Amino acid sequence: MSPRLRWHLARLGLHGLAVLILLYTLFPFAWAVVTSLKSGGALFDTALVPADPRWDNYAEVFREQPFGRNILNSAVVATSTVLLSLALGLTAACALGRVAFRGRSLLLATVLGVSMFPQVAVLSGLFELIRWFGLYNTLPALSVSYLIFTLPFTVWVLTAFVRALPIELEEAAMIDGATRFQTFWKVVLPQAVPGMIATGIVAINIGWSEYLFAATLLTSPSNMTISPRLESFMGRGLYNWGWLMAGALAVTGPLIVLSGFMQKHLVAGWGGGALKG
Amino acid sequence: MRRRPLAAQRRRDAAWFLLPLLVALAVIAAWPLARTIWLSFTDASLAGGAHALVGFANYALLIEDPDWWQAVRNTLVFAAVSVALETALGLGIALVLDARIRGRGLLRAAVLVPWAVPTVVSAELWAWMLHDQYGIINAALLALGVIEAPYAWLADRALAMASVIAVDVWKTTPFMVLLLLAALQTVPAELHEAAKVDGAGALRRFAVVTLPVIRPALVVAVVFRLLDALRIFDLVYVLVGNASATATMAVYARQHMVDFQDAGYGSAASTLLFAVVALASAAVIALGRASAPAPR
Repeated sequence: MSPRLRWHLARLGLHGLAVLILLYTLFPFAWAVVTSLKSGGALFDTALVPADPRWDNYAEVFREQPFGRNILNSAVVATSTVLLSLALGLTAACALGRVAFRGRSLLLATVLGVSMFPQVAVLSGLFELIRWFGLYNTLPALSVSYLIFTLPFTVWVLTAFVRALPIELEEAAMIDGATRFQTFWKVVLPQAVPGMIATGIVAINIGWSEYLFAATLLTSPSNMTISPRLESFMGRGLYNWGWLMAGALAVTGPLIVLSGFMQKHLVAGWGGGALKG
Repeated sequence: MRRRPLAAQRRRDAAWFLLPLLVALAVIAAWPLARTIWLSFTDASLAGGAHALVGFANYALLIEDPDWWQAVRNTLVFAAVSVALETALGLGIALVLDARIRGRGLLRAAVLVPWAVPTVVSAELWAWMLHDQYGIINAALLALGVIEAPYAWLADRALAMASVIAVDVWKTTPFMVLLLLAALQTVPAELHEAAKVDGAGALRRFAVVTLPVIRPALVVAVVFRLLDALRIFDLVYVLVGNASATATMAVYARQHMVDFQDAGYGSAASTLLFAVVALASAAVIALGRASAPAPR
């Protein structure tokens, strides 16, 4: 075999592998789209192209179920989760990234340790607490509970960003007469924006799709977020696979669009934080 | 106020800046965990009401329950097999995506999609594909002549764990790819060229040049995934429910705590799961300490 032929064969093999990888990662979505366009008996044949494609499933899943409400709930929880974790994460990062104090590394290690907690290990305690606070079966119960997932990485990444900012910049601003709040708002905050975007996307994803806490802390269908709602479609024998696939795709679309738009920021933010840290 | 040295003032400010974080962690992490451990020594019900201390009674019952040990085995099998497969597949995919091919950017974005999708959604997509009567996987395998009768991928005790692992591999491999792709980017191209000039084949170049450079990232990714896999709950639960053939420690704990309202017993199971993860983390840190300072 000539080297040239070998090179061409290798290139062909590489592209073949790339196609296989794409097929593996994306086929389940393609199949969900196909299924969501079928109805009645057509659902149960395995035709790769629906004979009579219709959008009815999408309309029905929103009409027959309070599914629009569930999506709104997920949006509210995702938004409040990201705002809460950025507010708490950023204030903490300012202290952790700026000020040398005793116990700082211990505190950072503890924060990281929290990210290793199994969810069930806090479930009964959290359940009690949420009831004491009168938040049972309300959306704020979730926004607060999700901080256990979002705070560790938010604090770590933002601390790395704040630490990377030269202290002279801040001092110069203060010598020029800026108040501490102005310094924070105009000097520190802009520096941390890539990290805020990157951690924010992951926090939104958690708020939007978390399952166990949502399924335990919310009870009424109209209060539920999308994950327990979709699961209850399956569990209750409401086995219209066309609806299920339509619902699954409807809640996934926004996430994919968001990650697509933010992909560059995602890599820059996490990578930047890690490199700077 | 302004006259004071900046450093001292800063330290005082720092305490105020840290306060919200500390309060939040105390309320949502430390207190619930402490409470779970406390409840594990009681006969508490999730519905509330009075409860009494029962000492180690819950733990004694737990270690006599064969279902618990089945859950421990399931968890260990799940963690070991899924992380091994994810590592191998993730490395393979990362190597392909690292090569110069057309549409690489788009390909990388597409590969990450399963990771961004809600777990419940991925469980549903696969539950449909693995459906025993109408699933496309049975249909395809029948058409190809690989199997002669449709399999009940999720209901059959012998197949359910394999199916769960397959779905987890699909969902989580992108995470491995992301980390390994970043590591591959740091492999110096000159080293590859030099090895090529020396007549090293592709496999040998991978073993001698690529692997040593990406090893630290590989170790971090595997450790991180293992600690995560030990806690697996939602994918297993949504795909197959509480079935004992696949129930992991977390599934078992939740079932007793929530479905049976037995907060005491469920908390005992949760506490043991926490202990397992904590011990695993401690072991990782200790191993890291032991191996780090050793000079080459």
